[in-house]
Amino acid sequence: MLNEIFIKPFVDMVEAPDFLLQVLWEGLVSGILYALIALGFVLIFRSSRIFNFAQGIMVVFAALTLVGLYAMGVPAWICVLLTLGVMFILAVAIERIVLRPLVGQPDIILFMATIGITLFLIGLGEIIFGGENKVMITEELGIPTGDTVLEPWDGLLILQHLDITVVVVATLLVIGLLAFLNYTQMGRAIRALGDDHQAALSVGISLQTVWVLVWFIAGIIALVTGIAWGARAGVSFALEVIAYKALPVLMLGGLESITGAIIGGLMIGILEKLFEIYWGQPLLGGNTETWFAFVLALIVLLFRPQGLFGERIIERV
Amino acid sequence: MLYRTAGQFKTSYKADQALFPIRQDAILLGLILAFAWVILPLTASEFVFQTLMIPILIYALAAMGLNILTGYAGQLSLGTAAFMGVGAYACYKMVTLMPWMNPILAILLSGVFSAGVGVAFGIPSLRIKGFYLAIATLAAQFFLVWLFEKWAWLYNYNASGAIQVPNLDIFGIYVAGPQASSVTQYFVVLGIVSLLTLLCINLTRGNLGRTWKATRDMDIAAELIGINLMKSKLTAFAVSSYVVGVSGALFVFMWRGAAEPNLFDIPLSFRILFIAIIGGLGSILGNYLGAILIVGLPVVLGTLPAALGIPVSSAMVEHLNIMIVGSLIIFFLIIEPHGLARLWALIREKLILWPFPH
Repeated sequence: MLNEIFIKPFVDMVEAPDFLLQVLWEGLVSGILYALIALGFVLIFRSSRIFNFAQGIMVVFAALTLVGLYAMGVPAWICVLLTLGVMFILAVAIERIVLRPLVGQPDIILFMATIGITLFLIGLGEIIFGGENKVMITEELGIPTGDTVLEPWDGLLILQHLDITVVVVATLLVIGLLAFLNYTQMGRAIRALGDDHQAALSVGISLQTVWVLVWFIAGIIALVTGIAWGARAGVSFALEVIAYKALPVLMLGGLESITGAIIGGLMIGILEKLFEIYWGQPLLGGNTETWFAFVLALIVLLFRPQGLFGERIIERV
Repeated sequence: MLYRTAGQFKTSYKADQALFPIRQDAILLGLILAFAWVILPLTASEFVFQTLMIPILIYALAAMGLNILTGYAGQLSLGTAAFMGVGAYACYKMVTLMPWMNPILAILLSGVFSAGVGVAFGIPSLRIKGFYLAIATLAAQFFLVWLFEKWAWLYNYNASGAIQVPNLDIFGIYVAGPQASSVTQYFVVLGIVSLLTLLCINLTRGNLGRTWKATRDMDIAAELIGINLMKSKLTAFAVSSYVVGVSGALFVFMWRGAAEPNLFDIPLSFRILFIAIIGGLGSILGNYLGAILIVGLPVVLGTLPAALGIPVSSAMVEHLNIMIVGSLIIFFLIIEPHGLARLWALIREKLILWPFPH
């Protein structure tokens, strides 16, 4: 038993390094997607202290809108623009109808409101687009679909072009976002609001504009995630569960930290794949991916209650 | 006028702290209890018991358990459904391993197991707070549901992976399983729910409840006035999980009749959280009001189009339901963030003062 837990997995890893690389690569790709969703959470949490549970359904909704519009005969690239428009309208509507009347309420009330938004969007999406699984319009958007086979150490390593594209696009998106937050006026306003609402308001930053903007950025991230994940697994409401995967990422990285979201996402993506392949499937009957990330985050949190990169919690009485 | 308190004098602290400081409250509750215990069983149909009364009571009980943890002790939990599952599976193992056991005793004991699991998952709350804790309870949610699926001993190695409630009887009357009648099950549920409600009301009024509230309002301050935070938080987890576990056992044994692991998945947790929040955090009455709304609304919405003669497909109705429930949650949060219980408290205050404005 001890041998199977502590020695055999590592022997397996060393004996088949190409397979290990394959596992690491797949972990990296899903980790990047987790990091993207977590980024949407972090942006909204930083600027408004709202724990946005609706991020997952926004991913589904964006992907559904894109596919639905294409099915109506709209050219693919115009679909993307129109979907962005829909996400913008959604951001404005959420800010106007839901958030504005709830300003200043306790955190849990705002959290519940985002669950309300989630339910509303699930119902709306099902009515407009139907609940069946749809195929993402990967080729129409010009995303390559082939694969490259590498042969390190006489082994086999398959890299899907789709995954490579996802990694490149996600990296560019993150760099762009960081640049936006650090070097533009609007970005600074978002960060200022995150630090102190009242101070930011007193120097003339508009809360409403920033909130709409932040929800719109979260919408863009949702669209990118939706395209990437939809191309791998099809577009359906089951996509919503990947939002749960972003939660342990947030715990691990810290609710306020953008770096934390990225590093946490990569860590969880890779570690949960490794655990599933080398420990979960042989020893525990598989499907450990549903809980591994949470338990990992829980253990980390026992030692660092604010996550790895979160702001230090200072308590005052 | 009905709520006039003139002439009701309190001459001792004991009278002031009584369960019903105002006589009309006691009368109102008496009427509701009489309605629930006597009039409903005599008049209501099978449909009413199965789709309304039994689920409302069970959901209210589950929400009450969550409310003790979240509303009274301030520890946000998203793992309620998993603890319900622990209660249900514990009850199932008990009645199948020991068939001679009284089923009601088994249901009441099954909460003990979920209380144990609850305390184990509550230990992180000593270090983790707020949303971090909420996500930590999700670890319990996902891990336990996974365990229900993989640990074949729990469901007696059934090929289907689901648990089936056997026929259980007390003194020859079937209380659970396919042969039990709805009215009997209703009485069992009502009895257990009433008992636990009384227990919860008195716990939250007493010493323990005050420590919980102090912990909720500011835990460091509570610690400074001499409250043992570990004891306070862990008892909250234990009591809450006990109540939730019993409600889980009732959920499967008195209502569903069978359960698969994914029944205890996260949507159920959220459903119960809605009930607790819409009803009002930190209130016992609120759980019932919330459960009536959340359970009753889909039933009303489901029968409404047919009654009005509008042809709508059943799938459409279901989707519309989700949408309407979502918007109602937002609506109620906006008009009264403290829930329906606060709404009732405001109405009652106005009634006591009526016809004067102040």
